[in-house]
Amino acid sequence: MTIGIMAGSRLNKSLKNLLRSFLAELILYSALVAAYFAAVLHFLGNWVYDLFQHDRKLYAFVALGLIITQGFLLEVLTRALLELAHREREK
Amino acid sequence: MDFPISHTHIDPLYLIGVGFVVGVLGGFFGVGGSFLVGPALFGFGMPMNFVVGTDVAHIVGKSIVAARKHRTLGNIDLKLGGIMVFGTIAGVETGAQLIQQLKRTAHVDVVVGLAFIVVLVGISGFMALESWRTIQMRRAEARRGKALSKRAAAKDDRSAFAHIAQRIQKINLPPHVSLPVSGIDRISLWSIIVVAFLGGFFSGFLGGGAGYIRMPSMIYLLGIPTHIAVGTDLFEIIISAGYGTFTHALKGNVDIMIALVMHTGAAVGAQIGATLTQYFGGVRIRIAFIPLPVIGAIIVLHGLLHGHPAK
Repeated sequence: MTIGIMAGSRLNKSLKNLLRSFLAELILYSALVAAYFAAVLHFLGNWVYDLFQHDRKLYAFVALGLIITQGFLLEVLTRALLELAHREREK
Repeated sequence: MDFPISHTHIDPLYLIGVGFVVGVLGGFFGVGGSFLVGPALFGFGMPMNFVVGTDVAHIVGKSIVAARKHRTLGNIDLKLGGIMVFGTIAGVETGAQLIQQLKRTAHVDVVVGLAFIVVLVGISGFMALESWRTIQMRRAEARRGKALSKRAAAKDDRSAFAHIAQRIQKINLPPHVSLPVSGIDRISLWSIIVVAFLGGFFSGFLGGGAGYIRMPSMIYLLGIPTHIAVGTDLFEIIISAGYGTFTHALKGNVDIMIALVMHTGAAVGAQIGATLTQYFGGVRIRIAFIPLPVIGAIIVLHGLLHGHPAK
């Protein structure tokens, strides 16, 4: 019974830690994404629209390049943040 | 917020939220999530040709995240994926050309919408039947005293429809290949190419990576273990969606700004979804998949019956 309560409180504690670090990572991630997002929409929006209107071939290359680059960048960022959260939990 | 390329007005937070949900689903089921993204964008008034092209673009970025995660878990059969590329690309181009033909007849919304509903309901129905028969099969084994331990049962990946894959593996049409990572000794190359072509066709025609077709096809038609099918499907989606993005962008069907915004939410979701696959057995993953295509079908049906919001 006592062992069960101790295990339960340990589980609650680790769950609390997990949620806390996940929340912290989420806030950090949201801030980074919001900044990135504003930059991309602000600086690229008009240029990409012009390309779409006037040079469809270049637009196709740029569109594919942008989404692949963003895929790799966000993968690295997300993995780093999740590893950080994992390390904090282990501590 | 206005997105001038597709003349659409959508809240970016909504796009990030949709991206996050399909990111989790994509990482977990190995599907691009177009059965949800497509109807979600259509529901916000985006023309169907832009829905198809933009969805396919956002999926490229998301699948890179999930596929890298699955590669580290050993869930990708690169030989199978490499062979499938040829059928996939031919299929994507055929599907995209069909969209172009429909754009000229002005029936693109109705035809693609109806095709979406038929395919999605069909997949859910088939997977429900298969899962039900698999569970019955296990119960019968348990009654005969052949039950697996609880842990082994959770990871058990046998299917009641395994005989279909066994028959396909026996097709004697050379050349044949072996797929050691997937545990297949001998299978006709043409069977793999046909399955890949089908997946590619639906990717080009209905958008996304068509994982909802390819993942079940790999399991039930080729006999690939569920975890390997999920990982290899994601690898294949990068190829099909990458090619699809390029060809649809050339045809003026991609709003890349919407795809970029949606992908920011999907990047986090895909990591979480891919990690979750470690905790579930094959049949559990398949059962959890069943309601998702039906939800997508209901959203499209609602859009078709109540008119497109942009009109």
